[in-house]
This record gives sequence, C-alpha cells and structure tokens, in this order.
Amino acid sequence: SSISPGRWDLISALQRRGLCLAVLPDGVDRQSEAYARNSEAMDALISHLHSHIHKVLGGGGPEAVKRNRSRDKLLPRERIDRLIDPGSSFLELSQLAGHELYEDPLPSAGIVTGIGPVHGRLCMFMANDPTVKGGTYFPITVKKHLRAQEIAAQCRLPCIYLVDSGGAFLPKQAEVFPDKDNFGRIFYNQAVMSSEGIPQIALVLGSCTAGGAYIPAMADESVMVKGNGTIFLAGPPLVKAATGEEVSAEDLGGATVHCKTSGVSDYFAQDELHGLALGRNIIKNLHMAAKYETMSGLPNVKAEVKEPLYDVKELRSIAPTDHKQAFDVRSVIARIADGSEFDEFKKLYGTTLVTGFARIYGQPVGIIGNNGILFNESALKGAHFIELCSQRNIPLVFLQNITGFMVGSRSEANGIAKSGAKMVMAVSCAKVPKVTIIVGGSFGAGNYAMCGRAYSPNFMFLWPNARISVMGGAQAAGVLAQIEKANKKKQGVQWTKEEEEAFKGKVVEAYEREGNSYYSTARLWDDGVIDPVDTRRVLGHCLSAASMNRAPQDTKYGVFRM
Amino acid sequence: GQSATRPPQPPAPIEKLLIANRGEIACRIMKTAKRLGVRTVAVYSDADAESLHVKSADEAVRIGPAQARLSYLNGSAIVDVAIRTGAQAIHPGYGFLSESAQFAQLCEDTGVTFIGPPASAIRDMGDKSASKKIMGRAGVPLVPGYHGDEQDIDFMKSEADKIGYPVLIKPTHGGGGKGMRIVHSPNEFAEALLGAKREAAASFGVDTILLEKYITRPRHVEVQVFGDKHGNILYLYERDCSIQRRHQKIIEEAPAPNVSGDFRVHLGEAAVSAAKAVNYYNAGTVEFIVDTTSGQFYFMEMNTRLQVEHPVTEMIVGQDLVEWQISVANGEALPISQSEVPLLGHAFEARIYAENVPKGFLPATGVLHHYQPVPTTSNVRVETGVKQGDTVSMHYDPMIAKLVVWGENRAAALVKLKDSLSKFQVAGLPTNLDFLAKLANHQAFEDGNLETHFIERFKDDLFIDPAHSILAEETYNDAKHCAALVAACICKKEHCSLQDTTTGGNALHSIWYANPPFRVNHHVKRMMELEWIMEYESSSLKLLKLSITYQRNGNYLVEMGEENDSASLEVKVTYLGGHDFRVEADGISKLVSLAVYHQERSEHIHIWSGLKRHHYKHKVGIELFDSGDEAQHRQNFEAASHSPGTVVAPMAGLVVKVLVKDGTKVEEGQPVLVLEAMKMEHVVKAPSTGYVRGLHVAAGQQVPDSSVLFSIKDDKYK
Repeated sequence: SSISPGRWDLISALQRRGLCLAVLPDGVDRQSEAYARNSEAMDALISHLHSHIHKVLGGGGPEAVKRNRSRDKLLPRERIDRLIDPGSSFLELSQLAGHELYEDPLPSAGIVTGIGPVHGRLCMFMANDPTVKGGTYFPITVKKHLRAQEIAAQCRLPCIYLVDSGGAFLPKQAEVFPDKDNFGRIFYNQAVMSSEGIPQIALVLGSCTAGGAYIPAMADESVMVKGNGTIFLAGPPLVKAATGEEVSAEDLGGATVHCKTSGVSDYFAQDELHGLALGRNIIKNLHMAAKYETMSGLPNVKAEVKEPLYDVKELRSIAPTDHKQAFDVRSVIARIADGSEFDEFKKLYGTTLVTGFARIYGQPVGIIGNNGILFNESALKGAHFIELCSQRNIPLVFLQNITGFMVGSRSEANGIAKSGAKMVMAVSCAKVPKVTIIVGGSFGAGNYAMCGRAYSPNFMFLWPNARISVMGGAQAAGVLAQIEKANKKKQGVQWTKEEEEAFKGKVVEAYEREGNSYYSTARLWDDGVIDPVDTRRVLGHCLSAASMNRAPQDTKYGVFRM
Repeated sequence: GQSATRPPQPPAPIEKLLIANRGEIACRIMKTAKRLGVRTVAVYSDADAESLHVKSADEAVRIGPAQARLSYLNGSAIVDVAIRTGAQAIHPGYGFLSESAQFAQLCEDTGVTFIGPPASAIRDMGDKSASKKIMGRAGVPLVPGYHGDEQDIDFMKSEADKIGYPVLIKPTHGGGGKGMRIVHSPNEFAEALLGAKREAAASFGVDTILLEKYITRPRHVEVQVFGDKHGNILYLYERDCSIQRRHQKIIEEAPAPNVSGDFRVHLGEAAVSAAKAVNYYNAGTVEFIVDTTSGQFYFMEMNTRLQVEHPVTEMIVGQDLVEWQISVANGEALPISQSEVPLLGHAFEARIYAENVPKGFLPATGVLHHYQPVPTTSNVRVETGVKQGDTVSMHYDPMIAKLVVWGENRAAALVKLKDSLSKFQVAGLPTNLDFLAKLANHQAFEDGNLETHFIERFKDDLFIDPAHSILAEETYNDAKHCAALVAACICKKEHCSLQDTTTGGNALHSIWYANPPFRVNHHVKRMMELEWIMEYESSSLKLLKLSITYQRNGNYLVEMGEENDSASLEVKVTYLGGHDFRVEADGISKLVSLAVYHQERSEHIHIWSGLKRHHYKHKVGIELFDSGDEAQHRQNFEAASHSPGTVVAPMAGLVVKVLVKDGTKVEEGQPVLVLEAMKMEHVVKAPSTGYVRGLHVAAGQQVPDSSVLFSIKDDKYK
C-alpha cells in the first residue's frame, strides 16, 4: 500500500537499465508474522510514549496552571510558540527528563528547552516552568539547562532564557550548587558564549531570585514584564530577616526599578505578550552575518527534495522488540533518505556495518548503520568512511543497533581492540555535525564507536524500543554469577541452582530497568525519545540546527594505532 | 446675457473635454471620452490630488483647497482651467455646478461649451415653485401644494393646514433630499420649517420653501429624457427609484416594475411635454411621484443634468448617454427616433456608500483598507472613483461605487444583483453593503412592491433586533463558523508567506517552516481570540476563543467554546494567492476571501463566504506599543471607554449650532448641538436629564469622529 504499482514498474525498469542503482529496495515484508508482531509491540510503546508526553505537557497540573493563568502568564511552551515565527517548527529536547527520577513528578525537569526560528534565525530556548515546583532547579533541571547551552555553544545558536524561577531547589542544594557542572556553570556558559559572539537574551517573565538573578544580569539584553517580573538577590522575606527593611517584591526588584533605576534590565514590557514581542524584536535586530563570514556552513546543493519512496510509517514495524533478532538497517535508511537513494560504500567488505552517502532534505549526509556485531573489517571500514566524510565536510548520521565488538581469541588476536580504537579515534575527532539515533540496542564499546553520548554528537535521540547498557542483561548476569560463585566457593559456601537463578534474575531485572529508553532519557543520556515515524524530520531539524550558523571546521586526528 | 461680443458656437466637434467633477462620475465620463478619442482634463482639490479621477485624466489641474465651495463649486476657476488647457467643453457631472444656471451662463459667455441644457432651462427648472407653474401651464399633473413667495411662518402654516397633513416641506432650490421634512401634525410644523430653512441656506444659499401634499404610499418614478438642439426630444423610459433612505436613493432600477405599457407611454409623454415646455436639450430627468393606491402620477421636479442612476437606463436602451451628451453638444441630431428606442431586459443599480447603517445611515469616513469590487462583465458594471487605500473624507459625498447589473428580465437581473453584492468587497469603514443585500433579498422587493417608505415599512426584516431574534442567532452561528474558517486561512497564509520570505530556496533550512509545523511527539495547538463585530449593532463585540490544532495531514482542527459546549471543525485550506482561499469543511468546498488590515492598534479581519460577510477584530499580542510610556498606554486604554453620561461625536463633522450653554440643565432628549457632515444635519441630544458639562465646542468648529463633545452630570458643579 505504500507505493503505487506504477512506481514499482518505473523503479525496476530503471534498475534493469542500471540507471537507478542507488535506490534501496523496500526491504519490508508486510505479510510476515514478524511485521505484525513488531507493529503491535511498537504501537504499544508509542501509545505509552504519548501518554507520558501528554502528562508532561500539562506542566505542574491543572491547579498550578490555573494559578499561572490568573497572573496573566502563559505556560512555557505557549511562550515559546509566541516567540518563534508564527506557524513554524520547534525541536523540543529531552521532554521526559526527570521522568520517575524523584519522589514527586518533575514534568520535563521543570524547564522546556529546544530550538526554533525567530525571524528566520534559529535560537535555543530555555524556559522555566513556574507550574513545576515554582520553576526551581533540581539537579536534573540544571543538567537539562546546561545541555541546552552546550548545544547552543556547539551550534552557535542565540540563547533566549525565559526566566520564571525560584532559583535552586534548596533541599537538594548539595547536588545543585557546588560542582563543576552545577548551577554556577549556567552563568559561566553565558559569559563564554557571549564572548564568542553568541547572543544571550533574557526575558524576565516571573521571579528571578538569588542565583537566578544572574541570568538576566549576565545577558546581553534583557526584558522585564511589569508586575510579574522581579529580579533580586534576596527576596522580601530574606531582606526583612537580614536588614529589617520591609519592601514589596515590585518595589524591591520589579521592572520599573530595574529598567529605570538599576539598569539591570533594558526593555520595559507592559505585559507578558508585550515582553515576548520585545524578545522577538531583539532577535530581529541581531546582525550575526556581519560577524561571521560563513554562515550556513554546509551550503546545500539541492533545493528540490524527494520524499522517501516508502511509507515512513513502516519504520514502526521494522525494529523487533527482541534485541536478539536482527534486521537490515537499510530498510530504515530507505525510509529516511531523500528518494530512498543510498550510494553504499564498501558494500561487500565488513558487511556488518553499512556505510554510504545519501541526502536528507537535500543535505548530503554520510550514514553509518549497524547490521550486526562489529568485526575487525567493519571497524576499519567505519573509520575509513568517517575520514571520508570529515574530509568533505559531510555530516554523519549514526543509526545504532549494536550489541558490541566481536569477542573471542581469534578476534583479539586479529587486534579487534586496535581496530575498534581506530573507529573511536575517527568518531571523536571528526569535526562535522553528527547525529545519533538509537534504533535498537546500544551495548558496550559499540556505543562508543557508533558515536554514543560520550562522543558529543550534536544531537542524540532514541526510539522507544532502544536499550543502552554496557552489555546485555543476560551476559552481565552470567559474568556476575560466575564471580559470585567463585567468591562463595572461596568462603566455602554452597550456592544452590535456585539461589543462582534468583541472583541472575535480579541482575537481569536491573539491566532491564536501567537499559530502558525512559531510564536513559529521564537522566539526559540523550536528547529525547522519538516516534520512529519522525526520524527523518528530527534528523532534518538537527542537521539544519547544527549547520546553519556554523562554518566548516578542519578535522585533525590523533595517533592511529596501526 | 446676450451681447454683440458673444463668441460663435465652436465650429468643430469637441476634442478636449474638462470634467468639472470628481469621483465615479468624473471617471465614468472619462471612459466614454477616451473611447471617442476626446482628450480629458481633470480638476481637483487638495483632498483629491492622488485620487482616481486625477490619474485617469490626460491632464489634471488643481483648483483649490478641500472645501467644495473653494474648489469644485468655484466656477470661474474651472472655466479658467478650460481656457488655459484648451478644452472646448466642460462636463459638469452631477452635483456641484451641474445645475447652476450661472455656471452654464458663464460657460456660454466665455465660449466654452457647457455639456448640458441651456442655462435658461436650468433656471426655469431650478426654482421648484416656478417650475411647477410652468408644468401646470403645460398640462403636466401636479401634487396639491403651496409654491408661493410669501414665506411667513404663520401664513405657511395656514397653507399647510389647507393642504392637509401629512405635509412635505421642501426647499425650492437644490435637491437630493437635503432640507426636506415631513410634518405629521400642525404642532411640529414650525420647528421643521426652521430646520429646513437653515439646511437649505447652508446647502444652496437660498432658503425659500415650498409645501406639498405628502403621499403616504408613493413610488418615485422618473423618466430619462434627451433632447438635441434641433428640437427633438425623446424619452428613454423610466426608472423606479423608490428605495430610499434619508430621502436619498440607494437602489434604482429600469424599467419600473409592475407598470403597464400604457402607463409607461403616458408617463414618457408627460415627461417629454415637461421638457418641451422649457425648450430643453441634452440629458434630463423628469421625476414623478406615483400614488400606488390611486395609480395617479404627479410631476415633482426636473433634474437638468445627467443623474447618478443613468447607467440603468443605458443598460436597457443599449446606449451611452455621455456619448449622446457630447454629440448633442456638438450640435448633432439624436441618433434614433422615439420608435427606435429599444427596451431590453432589466437593470438594477445599487449605490454603495460609506455609512453607518445602524446609526441611522450616518455618513462614515475612513480608509478603504481593502477594496475589491466585483469583476465587471458585459452584464455587470462598476462605476467607482476610488481605489484601495483611498480615504473617504468628510468633504464630499460618501458614495464609494455604483454597482449596475443587467438581466434578460427583472428576476434574472435580481439574481445577478444579489450575487454581485455578496462579492463586492469593502473593508476598513462601515458600508451599506449588508443592508443593500438585505433589501435585494427581501420578498417584497423581489415582488416589485416598491414605495419610498419601503425601508421604514419593512424595518423589522431589514434591521436585526439583537435582543431576541432568530436571525440574530443564525447570524451569530454563521459568524462562529466563519471564524473557524478565518482561523484556518490565517494559519495557512502565515505559513505561505513565511516560507516565501525566510528560507531562500534552501530545502534543509525550510524544514522549520514545513506544514504542519513540527513538534516532538505532539501537535501544535494555537489559541486565537477573535472579536466578532456585529455590524448591525455597532460598538458591540462578541469574543470567540478558538484553538487551532495543526493536523499531520496539513488540515486545521478548529475548536471553539468551553468544555461542555464546544464545537470542532476540520478545515482544509488551499491558498489561491491574493485574498482568496479555497476551504473545505463539513464536506463542502468553497471559495472565501479574506482582508486583513490594521487600524487603531488592532488587526481587523473580514471574510467573504458565499452570501455572508463577517468582520472580526483579532486580539494579537505580538504588537509593539509605541513606547514603554505607561501614561500613554493608560490614556489609550481610557479613550476607548468613557465615563457614563459622556456624549461623543457620532461622526466627523462641523458644529453648525450650539443650542445650550455649558452648565445648563437639560431634559433627556433635548437637543444640545447640531452637527453637519456631508451637508446632512444631525442633532446631538442629551442622553439623560442633568447638567451639561464640558461643552467647549463652538459653531464653525470641526470635530473628529468619536471625540468627546460634552457630558451630562447629575450635579451642576462637581
């Protein structure tokens, strides 16, 4: 149903004449039992995902939302919708950060972050959600804020801070305040980005207390909303306790004080909508092109875009829920590449790694996908292909479904560690935009070689079926059981079969839980869980964000072990 | 006067024509002149420097400031221009100098051909009392009345008593309903007479008044006559102009409906006799009043000019009357004889005015932010003198356009009229388009049961009572439906214009402007607040809260109302360019047009959908105030809502009379001052009993629309 019979005839005719070598075959058997099983399992996962998302979109719940409305304040996503160009797209990041992380729910970690265009210029938004714990910073809130700043710095995106926060969540101050990647890093990043010419804009739409006061103070330009916006190092209760002075919040640090007297803020807004409009105006007046000679570091060759030949909805039916079952990653590529065209590189060599050139929304990309365990040859092929792409300034897309590198005496003797290191070296040093999508498992050193979180891909997203851990649960249970058994033996304790199974069961269960996509995304090990159907669009937005403001960079490698 | 030095008639035909007028009639005359190869000269006042008639002419000359008295009524300046530019003739259009015998005489004296009747005929017919005497002598039937020179109030009252009430009071000079009053009982007579005299003096400089029997169910039927300088006079059938408001015509048609062939011939012959009695030549109109109860007709007056509604006659006789006027002025004989005058089908004219219908048809001023007349065809004519962006000022007549349609018969023409009215798009100022549509759709109108009190008689059908009317409910429901379409169209338009302007052909970066806009794991939902402006109940608004969800298939799901009473509509929109969209909702696909403009810091949206049109104010947040100045912000806020008892100017106009002093105690309904706009008097009355406070305007002062005139307070001093 995905492709008309006429289209098929055309494709096969072209293939017969050797004119259409690049077009990938469908690769999906819609009649198979596996297809039906996979679809059913994925549908369940997606309805789960949607119910989680539905919850976090409600912010801190109806009561808090009502209170927020009564103060003429919008919710953070509504604020962003009014800042970005009307009717434009918004790539939200880590929607489920904080998911089941603390005793109380912390929807979206109390801060909405993401990328959207303002007057045609992509900006990074960081919007506190005052309906979630008063917009205070939990440890995961800080982490999410810093991650957004990291992306902004990497992609040179102007930062817009929509401030409405009570500052650090005091009961957890030890995890929020002192360390390097804690609260203070936010202001450090603001200073460094500003020094690099990345605009820092703060809109004070609510309270902005204590440490939070530095966000507008450190900003290049800031807007304050009359009545709702306040900035002070210490609020009225603390001032009274410290000095005995009795003063209202508005008189202490309202918009009038800061726009007329202190100069902490630059633009006076009559109300929130006016404030948001002023924010748009600030971005309109930026003139970054004057500063950077090469904007849009990846000039696009094609203006005409061919959609994939096959129905992208079928991406929901490809990945098996059982990670032991393999699937051909080409059927995924066929549903994300323009016109399903893919020029495969080294097709016959190291076949467990699929590499090749394609386009996504006209943008040339190098795609690296897993079709099984990484062998020596596959790792070398991967390193070679990454070198090719970085030499030519072609962004890289990693489609991870990897159980790891091949183990065993033959493999070690062949120097699998050396080969793997080459690929890891290439991935680490390649200075092209990199986007990683985990479409299945992500285990062990395979995660590294395939540009896992530690390798700073510009963006990284998971499908709901994704699994991330150092090794599979069963393998870990086996290893741990062997060690435990040896220990017990030393102590002269007998371990029954039942005890061993129970031990293994616990390990498997823990791996199952901690390897889950929600466990990962709650802790910000990625930038979000997406519906497989959206893969192509998410990749497009990521590639655009990573390339629009950034000039091409030269790649330099370290020492390759030969 | 005749004299020995009088130059001879121009021997050659007119090659260059000056049009001593403005607006649609100037443009219309130029159209014919152009077709005939006659070059044109426009004259204009400062207010019209950029107007369409100036741009349409071969040459244009400024003649004075905005006030008509100093420009379009300045005959000697206009004749000077004719001489200076070498124009051999002047066409006066209608209004202004068209019925000024002095001007016609001035033209004759200076050797410029006046396109119109001889000055003597204008003079004879211009004085209504004199004209009636002439008509009486010629055997043309007259309405019982008093047309004497004796103007003493008591004497006039006794004459009125003799005629019997109701009695019509009418200035002897001028026309167009200005200064006319109907008196139903003897005790109203004196006040009405004085008001009529004042208006007549202001408009025509002469304040003599005549009295006539007032016919309760009259029809206004007029005959187009045409004469040449060889003594031939024809009638080009009649027009029914009974549909009037404020004694001014708004829908005219030709021929008159429900009239027998015999009656038509009688009427035409009476008109020809009238014209012959004053040695008439060129275009003229003889107006009759037809008593629908008795079938009698009486002579009312003769208009010695080309009329506003002449196109309906042109449509049914297949002739260009302006062309005839030029050839008659050239001394040629009429091209056809009476028996050769064809009578083809039926034509309507609807006059589209800038006016405030619910406020008693008060003239309105403003900017034509959106102006898209219905496309013209061989059966649909649009005579207009304005273009989008023009201002309808308080200086001149507020007519925007004339819509003229033709059909094989009356029913066919009416179908065309209704359709064309619904497609005639004007936004930015209040117009009578809705009202015209209601008239055209009324059963009695369809049946041809016309009379000059038509509007008054059917007011319950023509004006919506907002309190409890099924019609009001229906209109509201339709407004809600259209609001959903508006929301969807706005989203679509926004998307199209953004994609055009921001992405510069880069497919990758244009992904941010894809339709529908992308969100991770959810759909974009957008709130829109539209205030529906009920045009039949001015200043009244109804807030419609809409939420629009961008569907994956590119459609818009528009939801409205609260949780327990919500309705939703899925709308598919295709943008066709310009103002036009194709929308598909509820299984119906149709064309709609949208106009969006900004006025007084808010966004206004008009939609035309089928026979319906609606007007909304869009509450937009993304709109910058001029400055962060709080005081100004507050002031703007307060200006919109006045304290109770405050009286604001209902229109922009001139204060002609202040009737009480500041601080005076007044009764509810007592006149406080008199405003005049477009030569129309409007009495401003006290809204309640109390003391007049803050009355600082004086006679002769110009006041802008909605400016505060005074307030009524319970207390004299506080």
